[in-house]
Formats: sequence, C-alpha cells, structure tokens
Amino acid sequence: MNMSVHLLVDFGSTYTKLTAVDVEKETIIGTSRAMTTVKTDVLEGFNLALEKLENAHPEMGEITAVSACSSAAGGLKMAAVGLVEELTAEAAKRACLGAGALVNHVFSHHLSKKEIKQLKNADVDIILLAGGTDGGNKECILHNAQKLKNADLGIPIIVAGNKDAADEIDEIFSGTDTEYYIVDNVMPKLKKLNVDPAKEVIRKIFITRIIEAKGIAKAQEKTGDIIMPTPESVLLAAELLAKGFEDEEGFGELMVIDIGGATTDVHTIGEGFPKRTEVLLKGLQEPFAKRTVEGDLGMRYSANALLSLVSPYEFKQYYTLEDEYNLEASVKKRHENVDYLPDTEEEKAFDKALARICCDYSMSRHVGTVEVVYTPLGNMYYQTGKDLSDINYVIGTGGVLINSDEPKQILKEVNKKSNKKLELRPSDPAFLIDEAYILASMGLLSQKHPKLALRLLKRHLK
Amino acid sequence: MHTVVIGVIGADVHAVGNKIIDHVLTENDFNVVNIGVLSSQEDFINAAIETDAKAILVSSLYGHGELDCRYMKENCEEAGLGHVKLYVGGNIVVGKQDFKTVEERFKKMGFDRVYPPGTDIKKAVRDLREDLG
Repeated sequence: MNMSVHLLVDFGSTYTKLTAVDVEKETIIGTSRAMTTVKTDVLEGFNLALEKLENAHPEMGEITAVSACSSAAGGLKMAAVGLVEELTAEAAKRACLGAGALVNHVFSHHLSKKEIKQLKNADVDIILLAGGTDGGNKECILHNAQKLKNADLGIPIIVAGNKDAADEIDEIFSGTDTEYYIVDNVMPKLKKLNVDPAKEVIRKIFITRIIEAKGIAKAQEKTGDIIMPTPESVLLAAELLAKGFEDEEGFGELMVIDIGGATTDVHTIGEGFPKRTEVLLKGLQEPFAKRTVEGDLGMRYSANALLSLVSPYEFKQYYTLEDEYNLEASVKKRHENVDYLPDTEEEKAFDKALARICCDYSMSRHVGTVEVVYTPLGNMYYQTGKDLSDINYVIGTGGVLINSDEPKQILKEVNKKSNKKLELRPSDPAFLIDEAYILASMGLLSQKHPKLALRLLKRHLK
Repeated sequence: MHTVVIGVIGADVHAVGNKIIDHVLTENDFNVVNIGVLSSQEDFINAAIETDAKAILVSSLYGHGELDCRYMKENCEEAGLGHVKLYVGGNIVVGKQDFKTVEERFKKMGFDRVYPPGTDIKKAVRDLREDLG
C-alpha cells in the first residue's frame, strides 16, 4: 500500500509526543508519547514513542517527512529590554511571547549594574533590546547596548529599537564575541507594534543555537531541523484555525487556553477592538495573534506559587466537593511530585479546582479592561487591551483539561463574571477540547500542508 | 525635523482643534506625534520619552485644564524631560478670567507658552521655530 506519512514531533518538557498523519488520506493515523529524555539522550524517549506508535499501528507505512518543535529543557527563555515600561519594553516582551518564549525578565530605561547582574544569573537564552521610536530617543538604547557589550554575557542579542541608533550599535558590537542581530524596530511609531522581524530572528537563533545548547540537537539526526518552540506552533495552529485557508473556512475569532504543569498559556486570535463608539482604545497596539504566559499558574511545578494567589476562603469557591481537604499538603504533594496523577475523587476535585483557578486568573491577565471617564459630555470609557466579549470559540488543551471528565466546567471560568465586570472576557463562547492533543503538531504540519492541518483541526477539536 | 507631542488633556473629548493643530504643524515640517483626546499627563510624558520630542503642546477646551496641568512640569522633570518645551492653549480655566493672570499662573506652573482661546495656530508655529531653533 502506498502511503505518505508525515510525522510530527513535539519534544515537551515532560513528554515527547508524536503524531502521524496520512497526507493522502487526510487522516491522523495515531499518536503516542514517552518521557522526554534530555538528561541522557533525547533520542531514547523519541525512539520509545516511535516504537509505541509503530506497534499500535502496524499498518503505518514508511515515514516520508518529519517536523519537530520543542519546549524541552525549560523551553526558550528570553529577557526583554526597552525604554518606557508600557511602550517599547512591553512591545519587546510581546515579540518574545509571540515567538513562543518565556519572559521572566523585562527591564525598562537605563540598565543598571544590578540588572546586568540579574541577567548574568538568570539563565536567559536570548536578549531582545529595544528602545525609542524610529527617529526618537536613541540615547537609552545606546547606553544599554554599551552596558551589554561591557558585560559580555555570551548571550545572543537581538536589537530591535530606534533605527537611528542601528549604525552606532553595530559599531559597539562589531569586533566583539557577542552574537548580535539588528532588525526592524518593535515599535517604529508611537504605540504601533511591529513584532514579526524580531520573531523571525528569534526563531532562527532558536534553530541554530538554542537547540544545540540544550542538548536536543542530537534529535535532529532523526527529525531534521527542530523548527520552532512548541508554543509558537500552538499559536500558528490557532491562527490557521481562526483565519481559514483558501476555500476552507476558519472558525473566526477564537482563544486557546493551555493549562500545563508549570505555566498557563493563553492565545487569542482576533482584533479585540472596542465594540461601542463611546469606548476609546488606549495603550500599545495589540498583536492580532496574542499570547500571554503565566509562570505562577500551573498544576504542578507552579502549584505552590498558585497558593500564594488565593486565600483558603477563595480556594473553597473553586472546589466542588463538600469534603475537607488539606490545602497546603495537597499543593506540596503536587509541587514535589510533578508527574503525580490524581487517583481519588477528592484529588481529582482538587486538581479541577487548581485548573479553574489557572483558567480564571490567566483570563484576568490576558483580556482587556475598561474604565469609566466622566466627561462634561457624559460617560466615556477607556479600553486597555483586547475586548474579547464576542469571541466565538474557546479551545482547551493541556493534560488537566484533556484528561478531565468535565473539561468544559473548567473552561467556563473564562466567562464574564459579576465580580470582574470591568474585564472584557468572553460572554458566550462555544467550548472545544483538544482531545487528541494535536494543536502543536497541526501548527507544525501547517508549515507544509496548511489546508490539511486546518481540516484535521476542525475534525478533531471537540 | 523636530518632533513634538500634541494631545488633549484630561476628560476632554474635543477632537476638532486637535486635528487642526496636527494638520498645520505637519504642513510646517514638524514631526507630529498626536496622542489624541482623553490623554493623561503620563501619556504625554511617555510619548515624549520614546519619540525624543522637543516640545509638548497641551490642548484643553472644557475648562478644567488648570487642574489637569497641575505638576506637569515637575512630572516632566522627574521623567528626565526638563529640557522639553511645554505649551498649553485653549479654554484652559473655568469661566471668563483675565488672560494676563491666567498666563502668569500657567507660567508659574512651568509652561513656556500659554495661549488664550481663539489663537491662530500659526502663532504657535512661529514660537516653536523660535524656541527650538
């Protein structure tokens, strides 16, 4: 039998996940997973998963193409540097997030010795340096470039600031060992966002350098280039599903929420413009495909951080059983035992409560807000961020949602709430679950077969 | 080409004058960064920092300008914008008041140029050329 099999590989932080797609028949042949083995040889986990897949599907023909993404070994970690916190620093941060990075360090204005020291100790893979609109302030970015040069951190630097400073920055770094790239400004005009050129270079550095540094390069013997960080492939899948491709229609504005062990990621595809004329948009332009990551909202690694967000009283509001529970002990168990799977009804309910908190809090931080301004002409409103009240679909992914008996109960937390009236949350979305865990693989597949990836997404999200 | 930040301060939504100022300054070879209506002091200051503006022109038509402009100079200095020229114009105080005393008060607050209602914007263009060189 002639078969054209495209294998999609996601080297995750915990699992290496495989999806095999029959390109001709337009079907998913099967999926499998095995523990990611970065510490020994990343191919061990890959081979094991492949073996499982082949055993379960002996009918699978020869693999004709492979694409891979990775969030193993901590994923891609970036630091963003800008001038004004709400403007170029925020623009730089959004570029990093859109490229699938985790951004734990954001600095604004002049970098201080203390901040340079933080960068030195921070385990950062790439620094994105911005500052000033084109033709605007260049003194700050020059100062920061000089500081970074003197510090000689050995970390690649992407410069995406005021173009007027580009030549001088080139002179600062040329002849040094620092790997640097100068690209278009992330905020060329006030409040105008331009993140694509920076994102492109981030991906390039990720492929050529980060994969090597994280000990995953060996996998490329089998998989070819690992072409992007996993969160970026999820974002690409979401964008494809929203927009559609050629004559294959998309779903329109949508949101993906991914509750993981360490973080909760929220992706939205949509403009999110104000819906009424008396509402004025404030602040930096929002990216059409927007991703936010919450490092303190997760089911396992971050379970203890989550505990510091909610009081025991608040926690009770999310817990559905009547039974007593020991909040601290249960959270500690999960934090110390990251591959723990709940085995009793109580533990399942506890996980569900944690997931609902992740959902609710990540939504508060992702969506836009309105505030009232009292003017002599009547009430006006400022909107900061995206208005997502009209969003069509909310798609849930990540272990806890996929394995839950009632995932939609958890997802409902994204909805409008009477105690959070000023947040522009979805009001009546349809909920879908990524049951087959294919979002990331479909993002990968879309790079070669967009229409097929779109069809499979539409078929398998339920 | 000099960069200038313009906008309407406070809970003031008067957009027409703002558009005229934008148009005339642009025609006269200024790089205009227009932050529009309903702008706070912080919006003016952040915009001026990123764009390296040489002057900030504050408009106000609804009478509460004097409240909205309080400590603006001090806030600019705090943000490292002490060198940036500060202009204000429009119906900037409550009711009809003697403009001389109004001008004095605003100059005391740190504004370099103060314009009464009905000023031709070309006057501001001449002043900008004189102040910025």
